[in-house]
Amino acid sequence: MPFTSIRELLPKKDLVGFAILALIIIVLMPLFLDIFRLNLIGKYLTYAFVAVGLVLCWGYGGILSLGQGVFFGLGGYCMAMFLKLEASSPEATAIQSTPGIPDFMDWNQLTELPWFWEPFHSFTFTLFATIAVPVLFAFIIAYAMFKRRVGGVYFAIITQAIAAILTILIIGQQGYTGGVNGITDLRTLHGWDIRTDSAKYILYFISAFLLFACLFAAQYIRKSKLGRILVAMREREDRVRFSGYDVANFKIFIFCAAAAISAIGGAMFTLQVGFMSPSFVGIVPSIEMVIFAAVGGRLSILGAVYGTFVVNWAKTSFSESFPELWLFAMGALFIGVVMAFPNGLAGLYQSYIQPWLKTFINSMLSKYQQYIPAKFGLGKPAQEAAK
Amino acid sequence: MTTTHNHKHKEMALYIEGLTVSFDGFKAVNDLSLYVEEQEIRVIIGPNGAGKTTVLDLICGRTKATSGSIKFKGKELTRLKEHEIVHAGVGRKFQNPSIYEDLTVFENLEISYPRGRNVWGALIFRRDDEVRKKVHEIAEMIFLGDKLDSPADLLSHGQKQWLEIGMLLIQDPELLMLDEPVAGMSVSERKQTAALLQRITKDRSVLVIEHDMQFVEDIADRVTVLHQGKVLSEGSMERVKSDPKVVEVYLGH
Repeated sequence: MPFTSIRELLPKKDLVGFAILALIIIVLMPLFLDIFRLNLIGKYLTYAFVAVGLVLCWGYGGILSLGQGVFFGLGGYCMAMFLKLEASSPEATAIQSTPGIPDFMDWNQLTELPWFWEPFHSFTFTLFATIAVPVLFAFIIAYAMFKRRVGGVYFAIITQAIAAILTILIIGQQGYTGGVNGITDLRTLHGWDIRTDSAKYILYFISAFLLFACLFAAQYIRKSKLGRILVAMREREDRVRFSGYDVANFKIFIFCAAAAISAIGGAMFTLQVGFMSPSFVGIVPSIEMVIFAAVGGRLSILGAVYGTFVVNWAKTSFSESFPELWLFAMGALFIGVVMAFPNGLAGLYQSYIQPWLKTFINSMLSKYQQYIPAKFGLGKPAQEAAK
Repeated sequence: MTTTHNHKHKEMALYIEGLTVSFDGFKAVNDLSLYVEEQEIRVIIGPNGAGKTTVLDLICGRTKATSGSIKFKGKELTRLKEHEIVHAGVGRKFQNPSIYEDLTVFENLEISYPRGRNVWGALIFRRDDEVRKKVHEIAEMIFLGDKLDSPADLLSHGQKQWLEIGMLLIQDPELLMLDEPVAGMSVSERKQTAALLQRITKDRSVLVIEHDMQFVEDIADRVTVLHQGKVLSEGSMERVKSDPKVVEVYLGH
């Protein structure tokens, strides 16, 4: 293992950040919000996966993808296909002309289940596919682009085109995909009703748990040498190449990692919200997700989560009153953040709040040091500050 | 200064034969042949646009040759990718200091340390004592022993040049290529750099591009003069200096 201690992987200031976020998501939110609001937060949590992935591939690797909705969507669709098949048992669909297939297929005169739907009867396969399908897709895109040294703006445009193409494909192939409505009316997971309040609580906590798992994975990556290579590559790709690294492989890896994280978010979205549709795949949601990461701070994995919350909270409250203005407001927000606070909320925290917090804590510690037993080693920061 | 009489007994490290590269019909390097011996310090000089940097680009794989062959320790480099050429033992320093300014001096050197160069290796790479020791050793050598934790963008221009030389050293290449290593350095920095190069060029071949004639005289075993993509003259500094062709196109100015 590259890290000798947990301290090395999670230095004190990161540990504090993780703890505060965990407190907010796992304790405060469920404690103070009703289930409707909590479910909404749960939905935002699933977007946060994508933002965390973007911090890795855009913030660290310098690869701007305007098509992360594709991976979120593919993960979500894989999960939706399983749930839809379970909801389409012959008994439940007895009134259809072909019972036992999803309702939208029946409406589109399909008389049997398409071959690629068959494996989604199995939950194990579905869990595997939820990650594997988006990652494979990401790998093909990344391999084709990065091995040919396509990068920067060109790559961003290509990912955007892919998001557009996939949306058109899903909408066009109504009989196989549910078209513009998506896959709706999902009910149970292995007989467990996912629409009840208790299920929503459980799914919220599963999302939170998985988000933290992804955050730890991201923390591992950014603290490993690979994380530093990504930063180096972002700055001077050529130098990295001439230090003996095959740059394309590193880009492929981080793009696939971001896709995997996004896909987990997509699958959890389907479970919590109860449907999946092409409106989460296309260009607009993909760009929105980039804005989440930008607002949070594209170099901060925790910032990405806060960015997602803030933007979505603003979206919900703002679009209720001025729905037609929201897109303009979001565009302005993006431009404003990039120009005025290129490091987003995390940057503001680091340059204003953190120094203040440090002096505050240290002054408190030195004041009350005599009351703290030395064996806890809590007096240390004060001594360091005095140095 | 080493004399050139014993070079006949040494093995050749680098063979360049009939090397040509053409950019839309313009031959930046034209049917060039060049041989560098093991442990030789060869300096390439020549007027601007003579193709000096292009030759280094061709060797390290940044530019693909139109025709010709580059053999290093028996390996044909023209068919390899950049990182494979590095693995074959070729290290290159660029004209402008090319370092990672967002990383610290330590991290800059660590990235160049030849271990964990694939994705998996980089994920499980561990900063152990061996790495630390090597980084400290190299940092001392390049006069940056007390700067390990400072971000590289705070270094002076000369220190950045040294850092990049250090990044090459930690790779321990068998062929070291330096493109204007003392450009933009003060007189005292130049002297330090010359002494540094004398020390680090043991046990490896070195190919240097340089304009500073005093510096060239100080370090070169042999000098190759390029002009319009071809070798104009080659030999010891004294010989080259007295070559009327060289005086006419380059030194005479």
